[in-house]
Amino acid sequence: MGSPVQQGAGPAAGQSSASNDPAAPTRRGTELLLLGFAAFVVSAALMLVEANQEQQLTLRIFWYGLAFLGLFAVAHVAVRKFAPYADPLILPCVALLNGLGLVMIYRIDLAMTEKALRAGREINNDVPKQILWTTVALALFLAVLIVVKDHRTLTKYSYTFGLVGLVLLALPAFLPSVIAPTINGAKIWLKAGPFSLQPGEFAKILLLVFFAAFLVSKRDLFMAAGRRVLGVDLPRARDLGPVVFAWAVSLGVLVFQKDLGTSLLFFGTILVMLYVATERAVWVVLGLTLFVGGAVVAYNLFTHVQQRVANWFDPLATYADAGGGYQIAQALFGLGTGGVGGTGLGAGRPELVPLANTDFIAAAIGEELGFIGLAALLLVYTVLALRGMRSALAVRDTFGKLLGGGLSFLLIMQVFVVVGGVTKLIPMTGITAPFLSYGGSSLLANYVLIALLLRISDAARRPQTGARPRPVPQAPIAEAHTVMVERPT
Amino acid sequence: MNTPLRRVGLAMLGMIILLLANATYIQIIKADDYREDPRNQRVLLEEYSRERGKILARGANNQAQMLATVLPTNDRLRYLRQYTAGPTFAPVTGFYSVRYGAGGLERAEDEILNGSDDRLFVRRLSDLITGRDPRGGNIELTINPAAQTAAYDAMAKAGFAGSVVALNPKTGEILAMVSTPSYDPNTLSAHDGAAQEKAWKDYNADKRKPMLNRAVSETYAPGSTFKLVIAAAALEDGKSKDDQVTSTDRLQVGGSELRNYNRGFCNGTPNGVSMEVALSLSCNTAFAQLAGDLGPEKVGKQAAEFGIGESDLTVPMRVEQSCIGPATACMSVGDKAALMQTGIGQRDVRLTPLQNAQIVATIANGGERMRPQLVKSVLAPDLSEISRLDTDSLGRVMSRDAAGQLRDMMVASEGKTGGDGKRDGLTIASKTGTAETGNDPKNTPPFAWYVAFAPADDPKIAVAVVVESQDVAATGGKLSAAIGRATIAAALGGG
Repeated sequence: MGSPVQQGAGPAAGQSSASNDPAAPTRRGTELLLLGFAAFVVSAALMLVEANQEQQLTLRIFWYGLAFLGLFAVAHVAVRKFAPYADPLILPCVALLNGLGLVMIYRIDLAMTEKALRAGREINNDVPKQILWTTVALALFLAVLIVVKDHRTLTKYSYTFGLVGLVLLALPAFLPSVIAPTINGAKIWLKAGPFSLQPGEFAKILLLVFFAAFLVSKRDLFMAAGRRVLGVDLPRARDLGPVVFAWAVSLGVLVFQKDLGTSLLFFGTILVMLYVATERAVWVVLGLTLFVGGAVVAYNLFTHVQQRVANWFDPLATYADAGGGYQIAQALFGLGTGGVGGTGLGAGRPELVPLANTDFIAAAIGEELGFIGLAALLLVYTVLALRGMRSALAVRDTFGKLLGGGLSFLLIMQVFVVVGGVTKLIPMTGITAPFLSYGGSSLLANYVLIALLLRISDAARRPQTGARPRPVPQAPIAEAHTVMVERPT
Repeated sequence: MNTPLRRVGLAMLGMIILLLANATYIQIIKADDYREDPRNQRVLLEEYSRERGKILARGANNQAQMLATVLPTNDRLRYLRQYTAGPTFAPVTGFYSVRYGAGGLERAEDEILNGSDDRLFVRRLSDLITGRDPRGGNIELTINPAAQTAAYDAMAKAGFAGSVVALNPKTGEILAMVSTPSYDPNTLSAHDGAAQEKAWKDYNADKRKPMLNRAVSETYAPGSTFKLVIAAAALEDGKSKDDQVTSTDRLQVGGSELRNYNRGFCNGTPNGVSMEVALSLSCNTAFAQLAGDLGPEKVGKQAAEFGIGESDLTVPMRVEQSCIGPATACMSVGDKAALMQTGIGQRDVRLTPLQNAQIVATIANGGERMRPQLVKSVLAPDLSEISRLDTDSLGRVMSRDAAGQLRDMMVASEGKTGGDGKRDGLTIASKTGTAETGNDPKNTPPFAWYVAFAPADDPKIAVAVVVESQDVAATGGKLSAAIGRATIAAALGGG
């Protein structure tokens, strides 16, 4: 849309951070060290799986670990070159999550292979595909990092992104089921031969970029108060547009694609961005009201929503029903059996939970690594998202702040929805755990998310060469007052 | 814009804390509920994939003989349970099946064998630290493999359905526990689900009930072997083996007549015989009269002291309750007519073979009853001993003198008993029994009993044999005595 980007929202922006020091260290060494640590942890995890599953350890694991490190070393070199001031914690966190995900998918592959062998069936392992996806995702990550030299350039294409995002989101719903089959009750896939994609995953990020740019350009309009009702400043009716739009899109996803998870994610993230942009909590209240309203309507209209809620209240009671709580109950059994310390990697039975390597991978980790492992995993996500949030706080432009905040929140929201669903905190909605779950689309999209976060964090910590020491504009000499200058002693 | 961003950051932290709190609730507070839910297969699968402990027995020369072992496999269950001489030892070991659970000792001592028993805790802990897979503890049995094998072979070769139980009278150790026809527990522990299912269905459909452990789970009318209990009660009541008892050829009992086996007078004389002669010739009228004279209280008390009526005995498998009265009133014998029939081991009297073995073992042990036990010691996975059998006296049933007199009476009885397997130089004290059964006793094959102990002067083994005979004319002497003697010979060794 080409509107100028606002500089620094307030005097506090960035100045509290040490990043304005021209001699700020890039901290790339820290990143490399932490990547090495992540590779070590992942190798150790793989070793445990091998020890518990096959009882024979070979030097192969060492090479796998090295290959993993090599893959991320490429990413590290790219970051060093294209975003040297990027946050040093983000990439190692992602590497750790991605690596543990691969180990877990491999571990579940082993169990499924054994199961298939006994039943005399052939089975396709998922881990080679996921390794391929990881490589492709890292390539996409590099591409985004190289192409998007400055995140502010994204605002120029924001409407394009918005349109493409909408089309991607809506695509599976309107395509014939030959290329857009209904899988696990949701019509969100595009299938071509052996490859399948969930365009909605990418749509989320594109729409997020659009919304960030849109909100920044129209921010002043939203700040204008409408009528005051009961002491609350209500937005003007025409400013309700974006909320209603987001609400409609979410509802459309819910109704036409039956994808509760994406719908929830999308709506929640837009709401938070609206709140950040306008600094008015009334948007959140309004949005939540709309959400609750929509949820109540959906509950009354759709039996599958009712079933989900029943499964959430008591999965053990609906255990034997068709579409009942079997899956969640199995996840709970796994989590309970794992207890505090877990059964040990490779020593549990995570394959008893259907979809153990996608939506329910958190249950597999909770079973084999226990509460300790699950908590550690959640904390890695927290560190990742909070580093993103910190970058958003430190970056100087409002678009960067809004986008960084939105992306960070999207990440945590995904974790909350999927882990909360698996552990019966909220109804299960069926989305993937970022970087952990098997699935190419989710992995690709989340790597794009990380590339953007790194770009923003680079901008936040990069010393402002040239721009920063810009002198205060001098008044023309004719208008200048006479000033007494004392000779320095 | 930073203030709302910070708030969103806090909200993110809040969401994670919610997740952590919920995970704490699920994985720590509710963990046991989920872990122990019957629909949770994990614990079961985990248990089945653990290296289960062995079941072993020591024979001659203290040589250990493995009865149940495990064979490492490459499938999901990792170990295959194997039984050496499966059918012979099946009533002892029981079975262990993924699909059908466990039976016998496999069930009774499951916690030791699967390694979850508290006594194995320290070793489990060290396994955890050293990273070794936890293993189950081993069970060493009191069984004498030679006696068990001899008894089983004798029963199986003859095609008999029935049971043999042998005890060490001094310690209560169970030396043999045979039940025929038997089953092969290997077929039930097979990892091939279809084979397992077929075996299970076949065994359960078989009318001869191969999976019934007759030694402890089935009760039989004891017939004349019950005269030992009556004799014990009479001796305890002040009589001696030489005291005269009736030798009449018929007694009016209720509406019917009770007669001797040969339908004549006892010892061919109407003038009375000594109790010793009456027992050795197994005269029904004498013991029916004795029981009637003693009265229900004394008979019931004596029976109870021998262990009849106990419903909570475990060896460690649960032992079925033996009764002298009907199932609804186990220890009460109705009227005097019923009491007189009870005196010859008919009417409602029903004993497990183990109970009958206990009675002779008690007599052999000078009147002191020992708790029957099957587990000699519990061994850790590395075969170090965790616990050992404690001999446990269950109290004095009769005086040493009365027991001695009863022993002499039984030696005399053995002299009158035919059948194969007698050996010079070995004095056996015994009693046979042929118990009528069914609603039409004259045309239904009887239960043939033989209870004995040897050597009579220093008893090392007490044995009870029961055969559900196929032959209407069968008697205890013919059928069961040979099997009992073979068991005794095997237990005492070649000499």
